[in-house]
Amino acid sequence: MEALIDLLQKNALTPREDIARMLDLTVEQVEAEIARLEHEGIILGYQTIVNREKWDTDTVTAVIEVKITPERDGGFDRIAARIAKFEEVQTCYLMSGGYDLLIIVEAKSLRGVAGFVAEKLSTIEAVQATATHFRLKTYKENGAYHQMEHAPERLSVSP
Amino acid sequence: MSIVIADTIRDIPRSGIRDFFEVVQTMGDVISLGIGEPDFATPWHIREAAIYSLEKGRTGYTSNLGLPRLRRSISDYVQKHFAVRYEPLSEVLVSVGVSEAIDIALRALLNPGDEVLYHEPCYVSYAPSIVMAGGVARSIPTRSEDNFVLRASDIEKAVTPKSKVLMLNYPTNPTGAAMPPEELEKIAAVCVKHNLVILTDEIYSELTYDGAEHHSVAALPGMKERTLLLHGVSKAFAMTGWRIGFACGPAVLIEAMMKIHQYSILCASIMGQEAAIEALERGERSVATMRKEYELRRNFIVRGFNDLGLECFRPRGAFYVFPKITSTGLSSRDFSLRLLREKKVAVVPGSAFGASGEGHVRCSYATALDQIKIAIERIGELCEELKVTRAAA
Repeated sequence: MEALIDLLQKNALTPREDIARMLDLTVEQVEAEIARLEHEGIILGYQTIVNREKWDTDTVTAVIEVKITPERDGGFDRIAARIAKFEEVQTCYLMSGGYDLLIIVEAKSLRGVAGFVAEKLSTIEAVQATATHFRLKTYKENGAYHQMEHAPERLSVSP
Repeated sequence: MSIVIADTIRDIPRSGIRDFFEVVQTMGDVISLGIGEPDFATPWHIREAAIYSLEKGRTGYTSNLGLPRLRRSISDYVQKHFAVRYEPLSEVLVSVGVSEAIDIALRALLNPGDEVLYHEPCYVSYAPSIVMAGGVARSIPTRSEDNFVLRASDIEKAVTPKSKVLMLNYPTNPTGAAMPPEELEKIAAVCVKHNLVILTDEIYSELTYDGAEHHSVAALPGMKERTLLLHGVSKAFAMTGWRIGFACGPAVLIEAMMKIHQYSILCASIMGQEAAIEALERGERSVATMRKEYELRRNFIVRGFNDLGLECFRPRGAFYVFPKITSTGLSSRDFSLRLLREKKVAVVPGSAFGASGEGHVRCSYATALDQIKIAIERIGELCEELKVTRAAA
């Protein structure tokens, strides 16, 4: 069902009838398959990609590198889960390389991010160090370009 | 003074596509399924490679046969995908699209009166190219009931002592037909028996669906010596405007084609050749992505037409469907004109691809899905209206 997931990832709102035609299935089969993917937790949810240049321009996004001390039992998992639970944290990855966790944080203002780092993140005992970077502009997000490329012009009938 | 045009050229009709294009040009806001090129722009990594080569100042002529590096890439690519090995320095020629390669190949092969056999419906340039090269064009009709596959037995019936060349184009523009390997072997045997040279235009070979593999006649035992394999980057890599095609075949034929090519064209543009190197060496992933997308659209459009009651054979390759429109009671030209004028949807009448294309229209699914969807709805409306008119009559 790779093709179905590809289609939904590109546009989750694609009408089920269209998906059925493209995959050569019936609408019922498509709905059943989507229900199964949701039930099994393969599809976790559906979201909207918003152009932040046009909407909610005040929201601040920061990418924070976090170094942590892993625990004897459970390694990074327990501490990562604890950090991920903060509502400011949108994304949390365990990384290879110079630091351990990469988290993406959203807040209403710069002070909001600063407050989160100083009061919540840094005070966790296992957190050794953090480095915070602020987003200035977005060009591409989840495969979508923020400035639309114009479709190339073609002749209207060609051999 | 009055300019007198040469008889051969005067007598060649203009392309039926060109005729139609001019009607479409006069109308705004048309949804077009008439376009024989990908709706994708050339993949970025290929465009970027071309920009880089311009920055480096690579803007001169190339060897007549094409950049040696490109010919090596072509040779490797053809070996990998078509399972035939060609010597890059003597058996490969880079042309300005496959169209030029067809022209110079025919001119290199034909003496006046030599016959060229080809299957119909077919690409619009075949018959005129044969005539312009002094040959006699002999079409062999293929049928929708037979999935538009050329049959070896039909070649046997058409062949005469004057027959010299057989042209093949599978997957086919305009029908989307693919050639089953068993039939290809039979065709190869007929060509050996009658000593025919094969020009095989395999420009759509990467766009083969349902997991089917493309088979080239050049790869069959003993066929390389009598086959000219024509291919290019236009369709698979979405590079139509770069105009890069290539011909692979016996050195003696390539050498003869090179004579015409060097005097009339000199060489294909270096920018296109540089881009083609990147495409052939690193474009496989882009092709796979586009192929997947085309296959989804093909499924969509085939079911769309069949649901409307317009019988549509499920094509195995290229990006065209060729639905039958005889149930509407109109000729393919009238149907296409009414569809264009009344519903603002452009398709190409099947008759533009030869007499055996009558009763069909060619629809390209190299068009965004939302456009295809609206087009099918509108075609449905026209079919309903025609039904009502027929019932009233």
